[in-house]
Amino acid sequence: MTRGLGAALIAIALLAAATAPLAAPHAMDAHFPGLLNAPPTVVHIAGGDRAWHAPFIYRWRVVSQLEQRYEEDRSTRVPLAWFSAGHLVRSADEDAAPLLLLGADNYGRDVFTRLLFGARTSLALAVTAALGAMVIGVSLGGIAGLTGGALDELLMGAADFVMVLPAIYVALALRSALPLVLTAGQVFALLAAIFAVVGAPIIARGVRAIVRSERRLDYAAAAQALGANDRRLLVRHLLPAARGFVAVQLTLLVPAFIIAEATLSYVGLGFPDPVASWGTMLHDASSSVRVFADFPWLLSPAAAMFLVVLGVNLTLQNSRSAASIVGRADLQVWRGVKSRL
Amino acid sequence: MTRYLARRVAFALFLVTAVSSASLMLARLAPGDFVTESLGVLGTRQAIEQQRARYGLDKSIGVQYRDWLTAAARLDLGYSMQYGRPVRDLISERAANTAILAVAALALATLIGLPLGVISGSRRGGALPGAVRAASVILLSMPPLLTSLFLVFVSARTGWLPIAGMRSPAVPAGGALIDLLRHLVVPAAAIALPLAAMLERLQSQAMSEAIGEPFVLAALSRGVPWSRIVWRGALKAALRPTAAVYGLVIGTLLSGSFAVEVVTAWPGLGSLMLQALRSRDIYLVAGCAGAGALFLACGTLVSDVALAAIDPRASDARSDRA
Repeated sequence: MTRGLGAALIAIALLAAATAPLAAPHAMDAHFPGLLNAPPTVVHIAGGDRAWHAPFIYRWRVVSQLEQRYEEDRSTRVPLAWFSAGHLVRSADEDAAPLLLLGADNYGRDVFTRLLFGARTSLALAVTAALGAMVIGVSLGGIAGLTGGALDELLMGAADFVMVLPAIYVALALRSALPLVLTAGQVFALLAAIFAVVGAPIIARGVRAIVRSERRLDYAAAAQALGANDRRLLVRHLLPAARGFVAVQLTLLVPAFIIAEATLSYVGLGFPDPVASWGTMLHDASSSVRVFADFPWLLSPAAAMFLVVLGVNLTLQNSRSAASIVGRADLQVWRGVKSRL
Repeated sequence: MTRYLARRVAFALFLVTAVSSASLMLARLAPGDFVTESLGVLGTRQAIEQQRARYGLDKSIGVQYRDWLTAAARLDLGYSMQYGRPVRDLISERAANTAILAVAALALATLIGLPLGVISGSRRGGALPGAVRAASVILLSMPPLLTSLFLVFVSARTGWLPIAGMRSPAVPAGGALIDLLRHLVVPAAAIALPLAAMLERLQSQAMSEAIGEPFVLAALSRGVPWSRIVWRGALKAALRPTAAVYGLVIGTLLSGSFAVEVVTAWPGLGSLMLQALRSRDIYLVAGCAGAGALFLACGTLVSDVALAAIDPRASDARSDRA
């Protein structure tokens, strides 16, 4: 049951990211100057006239421009328009009464729209970085495990060194050593590379341990006797044994990288405006002192992150074997690290 | 054991030197320096040259590094350009704040996580273990960044606790200590709750494994009460795997406290390092990184000694190797 829930949460997040331009009511950078920090529009089906209607919304009327307080203008019902102008659903009167399912931010942009586009940025970055970490980790771990000797010592020494340091500080130092203002594409590549480097050592350590122990088994000797060279032995015979470990680590790295992006963006080292990511949205939200007391909808990226991480945790949770593999492997990795200290 | 300790101290020194040197280099090689960052577009060429000479930024990177290293060997970490104060004073002040936060969080996490892990691991069914497990899975999905945002949100809505900083501007009734503790609740809990969930899960798994061991059955057959078996015998056997994780936790604490310090404006090492990196205050960057590395080295050392105290086999195995 809980596993299904976890898978459903992940599926929703992926679907939202994939269909963002269609599912979002607005463009990513569309803003409504008269609706700064406007609260979420409520979709009604029962009007003031005690009759039922097709889903509709009310317009926000400004009560106080200075305090950014709004109230529903109940005089006219604005119907929703489905499948219009290339969007799944939007308001029939976009200019006067836009559909703001999660309110507007302090530039008057639709938070729901940005949440969907932010899912694209955040998830794509996390998945890219995790795959990068896998490529680096598996190749270095495989080579170290197969060759042994001085190269093994060197690679694993470097891996241990990176692993002992708190990851977010390494990412922070590397990120701020580069120009603070970069384009969105550069930031994406840079963060993906940094996260891949920081995440790779755990995979490298585990893969190395598995390759080393598998190598002593009979089937590896048989393959070698049949004339398999080192590369074939590693790629066709030894690395497949590490598949389960790598899959679990990969799944664990994705939520870690989502949070890492959010942390770096939160402190202002992430994506530039107007690109939406969950971290930059939180960064924008934090610029207003009133966000916690008066504009809580600006924190919805935090809720989205929680649900995605929860989804991953639930998916891994019930497969006890997966959980214990992770536990064991991590502990082994850690013992390896400590024996070197 | 002495050799082992010497090795560990040598490694700690290497770690601190390497980390602070690397971050000094990184910050020095980064585009822009403190003068361009602080003067911005206002800086004339002459003003920039003058300021650079004042801070020693006109020297070559090799000379600068050598000067810094020889001074650092005498524990003189240079001056912060941004604050105009010795880096050492700044660091020790901020490191103490981070230490308060980290120790409080670790204590809180242990006090919550371990007993709950023992309870959920020693009972098979029932409402309590189920509730504890569910709470743990939820908290595991809330890393410190999210937990601190959530707790700040709750505190801002209810007004129960202060949401930012470490001290009130004026000392309120009840004294400075109570004031500090009230400010400490949100950031410490934000780090402690996910950590407590992790400790609970580990302890629970270790506990249920320990309860399957023959000595539990033997004790039961001798008529030892179940609660005594759980809280004395099995707990002692099950503490080892959890204790082994404490070394890892130090890094998690530092990473977690970075996010929390920024969200709750706790004046610690993490927020200081962020400021230093952004303004290219290179000596302060090196100092912060070194202090962080020192934390890490001390933490792992303490956790190893604690592990040896719980499980003599651990120290035997290690002194063989060393």
